[in-house]
Amino acid sequence: MQQNLTVQWLWLIPALPLFGALINGLFGLKIYRRYGEQPVHSIAIFFPAASFIITLIYFIQLIQQPAEFRQLLCYLFDWIRIGSFSIPMSFWFDPLSAAMTLMITFVGTLIHIYSIGYMHKDPGYWRFFAYMNLFMFSMLTLVLGDNFLLMFVGWEGVGLCSYLLISFWFQDLNNARAGMKAFITNRVGDFGFTLGILALLWALGGNWLDSQYTVLYPERLTLVFREIEKFAPLLVDQKIWGIAVPTLVCLLFFWGATAKSAQIPLYVWLPDAMAGPTPVSALIHAATMVTAGVYMIARLNFLFALSATAMTVVAVVGALTALFAATIGLFQFDIKKVLAYSTISQLGFMFLGVGVGAFGVGIFHLLTHAFFKACLFLGAGSVIHAMHHAYQQMNNHHNDPQDMRNMGGLGKQMPITRWTYLAACAAIAGFPLMSGFFSKDEILWKTFSNSNTLISGKILWVMAATAAILTAFYMFRSYFMTFSGTFRGGQATEVHLHESPATITWVLRILGVLSILGGIIGLPHLWHLPNLLEGWFEPVFESVSDLLNWHEYSLTAEWTLMILSIIIALTGFGFAYILFKDARSRIPVRFKGMFPGLYRLAFNKYYIDELYQSTLINGSIIFSKICGWVDTYIIDGLVNLVAFFGRVFSWLNGLHDTYVIDGAVNGLAYVSGKFGQSIRRIQTGRIQTYIYVLLGGGLFLILVRFIL
Amino acid sequence: MMESTILTWIIFLPLIAIPIILAVPEEKKRAIRLIATLASALPLLLGIYLLIIFDSSNTGIQFQHHFIWIRSFNIEYFVGVDGLSILLVFLTALITFIAAIASWGIDRKIRGYFSLFLLLETGMLGTFCALDFFLFYVFWEVMLLPMYFLIGIWGGPRKEYAAIKFFLYTLFGSLLMLVALLALYFNSNPTTLIDGTPAEHTFNIVKLIQENDFSTAAPLLGFEFTKIIFVLLFIGFAIKIPMVPFHTWLPDAHVEAPTPISVILAGILLKMGGYGILRINFGILPEATIWAAPAMALLGGISIVYAAFVCMAQKDLKKLIAYSSVSHMGFVLLGMAAFTNQGITGAVLQMWTHGLISPMLFLLAGVIYDRAHHREIDGFGGLAYQMPEYTGVLGLAFMASLGLPGLAGFISEILVFLGAFPVYRVITIFSALTLIITAAYYLWALQRMFLGKLNDKYSNLPDLTWRERFTLYPLGVLIVILGIYPIPTLNLITTTLVSMIQNFRV
Amino acid sequence: MTLTIGLTHYLVVAALLFSLGLVCVLGRRNAIGLLMGIEMILNSANINLVAFAHYIVHDITGQVFALFVIVLAAAEAAIAMAIVLSIFRSFKQIDVTTTVELKE
Repeated sequence: MQQNLTVQWLWLIPALPLFGALINGLFGLKIYRRYGEQPVHSIAIFFPAASFIITLIYFIQLIQQPAEFRQLLCYLFDWIRIGSFSIPMSFWFDPLSAAMTLMITFVGTLIHIYSIGYMHKDPGYWRFFAYMNLFMFSMLTLVLGDNFLLMFVGWEGVGLCSYLLISFWFQDLNNARAGMKAFITNRVGDFGFTLGILALLWALGGNWLDSQYTVLYPERLTLVFREIEKFAPLLVDQKIWGIAVPTLVCLLFFWGATAKSAQIPLYVWLPDAMAGPTPVSALIHAATMVTAGVYMIARLNFLFALSATAMTVVAVVGALTALFAATIGLFQFDIKKVLAYSTISQLGFMFLGVGVGAFGVGIFHLLTHAFFKACLFLGAGSVIHAMHHAYQQMNNHHNDPQDMRNMGGLGKQMPITRWTYLAACAAIAGFPLMSGFFSKDEILWKTFSNSNTLISGKILWVMAATAAILTAFYMFRSYFMTFSGTFRGGQATEVHLHESPATITWVLRILGVLSILGGIIGLPHLWHLPNLLEGWFEPVFESVSDLLNWHEYSLTAEWTLMILSIIIALTGFGFAYILFKDARSRIPVRFKGMFPGLYRLAFNKYYIDELYQSTLINGSIIFSKICGWVDTYIIDGLVNLVAFFGRVFSWLNGLHDTYVIDGAVNGLAYVSGKFGQSIRRIQTGRIQTYIYVLLGGGLFLILVRFIL
Repeated sequence: MMESTILTWIIFLPLIAIPIILAVPEEKKRAIRLIATLASALPLLLGIYLLIIFDSSNTGIQFQHHFIWIRSFNIEYFVGVDGLSILLVFLTALITFIAAIASWGIDRKIRGYFSLFLLLETGMLGTFCALDFFLFYVFWEVMLLPMYFLIGIWGGPRKEYAAIKFFLYTLFGSLLMLVALLALYFNSNPTTLIDGTPAEHTFNIVKLIQENDFSTAAPLLGFEFTKIIFVLLFIGFAIKIPMVPFHTWLPDAHVEAPTPISVILAGILLKMGGYGILRINFGILPEATIWAAPAMALLGGISIVYAAFVCMAQKDLKKLIAYSSVSHMGFVLLGMAAFTNQGITGAVLQMWTHGLISPMLFLLAGVIYDRAHHREIDGFGGLAYQMPEYTGVLGLAFMASLGLPGLAGFISEILVFLGAFPVYRVITIFSALTLIITAAYYLWALQRMFLGKLNDKYSNLPDLTWRERFTLYPLGVLIVILGIYPIPTLNLITTTLVSMIQNFRV
Repeated sequence: MTLTIGLTHYLVVAALLFSLGLVCVLGRRNAIGLLMGIEMILNSANINLVAFAHYIVHDITGQVFALFVIVLAAAEAAIAMAIVLSIFRSFKQIDVTTTVELKE
């Protein structure tokens, strides 16, 4: 069984960027005002770079271990402890998290460097770098956390940073709205993720019988991944509400992943997230945050492998999303939107990969995608930067620097950007020998040959292949529209276009090279070449390898599929070339005219956002207003009604007191008075009256005496 | 230390300061404020000391101070703390101190203000320490009247309405408690007082818990004794939590109360309800508690979600925060009702973390109110430019309140969820919706107030002053630290709580 | 009817005199007339006293009593006159029905 080696300083990897974030966050404004940009970005780059170095050191240490010992554990302290239940604050460096960490720190540092040039002269310079460092901290915590709760800290943390960075230029309320959309949508996913954690923990520890829960195995109450891995197979026969526990729990986790990784149905925040600065789009919405969902599934491979249903759902959603997003990307004009939809689509590929059981391959695509997508985004950022600069020089404030219809021929002025972009395009399209080719082809092959999903892999393969053609097509469309032909914005503006500074171009170069060469780590067996990544990941995924089944196909079949992949890539490229090179062809315009309805549908993202807005969002707002009304008028109304009745009752009491009780008192006085008044009349003052009375009384007495 | 007078000192030091304050003439404002702040700082210092010497492994009552008070009715002066109350006592001292500093902004009749304030502090500290039911009731009532005046004199436009609503509503609950209290007294078993004299009945809570089984008591008004007593007490405490549907006094009280009083109301007074249920209902009437638990959980869940929706519809920032308090306190009920270690720890921890976060939120609301004299969310815009530090601190508070992992609020919320899930799956799932709704209303408010274009009316607003910083930053730092390292607080409470729950293992 | 004058005759005379006196007291408006009536009542009592003394008791107790009464009647008449004079000075008239200040 796997053994852990204890190490002391692993926690520095996420902590260093946190430290950088604190410095820039608390003191950045003062530093910026006094000393300018240099110290700010120096701090901000130093810390992730230092994390990268430490990651490398530990990585090397990991390589040197034999396979069973390739896990480094850094336990800090008990985070939560109640009796015997405890959640540790500890970080775990195994092959999977090592690969992720390397990529995150490396690409992250590169993007930080890129940002020096991109964010130059932005008044929020210090804030940007503080948020970026905070993001690095969150993402690293996500992948290095050894238990669900610590991962969740990172999971939500990246959501927060995403919010902060998308709404970075918050003067424009649209950016703020985009940020809020991202955060809330992520929270919808977190709802599912949290429920998954709850269900998993208690399913491990006992079970429910007729809604009554009994703790049967208190020693199994843990949220640490490697411990859950040991107990996972025991969950197979358990059910909650009639659903098998692994299925339920995995679906809930996947729900969280659809939000974080922008899959159907919770992908809607990602295109809007393009409102943030381009380095943000590159780092968060391409390379790292959105890939967290894929990582999570790979990390939980031991659970997913137990549930064919969950895996099918993951694979189907992945394939559907890949196809769906690709169709939208076909018609977008904003270069960043194209890349956004392509990200959603590629994420779909990754989910397809892990969904069919090829966990390592899904991660492989995650890594190559990080390289070429970051390169694409940063390249687009370079272009936008140049366009923006040119427009400023021309005092042009209404043309959109991101609209590809305003571009064209930029390859002349921006050669480095152009070549790196081309390389990355080739990679994403799956051109042979590019990094993307190896990872994508492997996913396609695994999809085709899997027998782990309840839906035939062939159907999934068709969907994925279609998406691949479309990907190649629209990516090269974006390349040609931007870099080929002549500039459509006019000569006057064209003069002001120039290549971006070195901080930008060097990063592009590095990523471009990686896009081309990155495939080395995952060379296919078909070519009798070693697949380094597969071997690297073996300790992580070996426990489920017996649970996963693959159809055996002949080598011919495998070669055929590979050639098909190449044809797909070239076909897409070819169509794009014909239609968009130098903007010569009139077909694109005519196409719009031929299928206006379809075009509008795809261009407007199938009106899904509008659907969500009118149903869920407006529904929630209306419901909240109803609740508010109920609270003020019904519940509080009852309270005030009670008070009203109290006042009425006391008023009645007052009346009663004034008129009845006091009335009695006054009445008594009145009667006494009247009685007195009447008696008074005896006092006539007349002697004769008195004598009459005397006489009368005397006679009366005598009479009485005589009678009795 | 089993016996000690430290608690009595903590409780009554503020009271002693009152005559001193009253002797100072009204014009010497600085002196009055300093004396009052000092009077609330001393319990805080003693409280810190108490935390340090508290023995976490002891499930019994520590630092007891016990003597006979009114012999003819068997009423004793009995104060002490255990894992349940130690944290709340410290919280009271801390928040009152911060509120005292925030009270420096009050300008008129400050002698009366601070006298009532200190009286309130004594009442609150006493309530958490009291272990004789009658004494508990006395301290409970002592809290009511100062609050009435503090809201009714120094409050906002509808202060009289809010004050009397608060007063009568809570008093109603107290009356139910009084009936229950007396019923328990007269049905309690003979025992001895602290000096050995025999007593026919007792108010001693510890004895009521340990030596009395009320399940055999005669029915009252035709209902089973334990159940009706539980309901009476529960309603009295539920009003204070505040639990839906007995919560409507809170928004009015909060909106009209001056900032420091809102801080105390949210930070401390709301914890009384939960504390009361745990100390008294759970302790003295365990069978009835088990019977009532599903209802408690359901009401807690409703509070959580319903109040969150109502928050979304609010236009006044302070009212929004008030309803969010209702929502957060629902967690306390839900956690308690589950009878799991995680659940009850989460519930008590939620009292503590909410007691840190909520005062921070109200202080922040007070900051903007002091500047702009209104709290209409839609009346602002783009404030982040003008007051970046304020925005940052408020952002932190909002994030803590919505339970962002890494901050203190998350720990208590997740513990409640973890604890409640096995017992009440549906209610927990339903309650988890608050994750989405809370984020929605906070971010929406943030967006409307701080993002976008700066509203020209407010282009001159100053950022945080040093006094405001002094009240806000300690809370903020505590929230961040406790999010990462909550073990010290957990250690204080878990031993007692786990043993409390042992009796409920069905 | 006998020719001898016995007790009864004196009693009847006294009763008549009494009634006449009573009528005077009750019926007259003039204060002095009223006083005359009082004298008549007193004298009727005197007659009764003497008659009873002679015919029943056979000693002189009644006669002595009657002498006392005469003296007292005189004194009382003097005082009554004084009062009437005083009233006359205040009210300028001595009509008993109108001089009723004491009724309050």
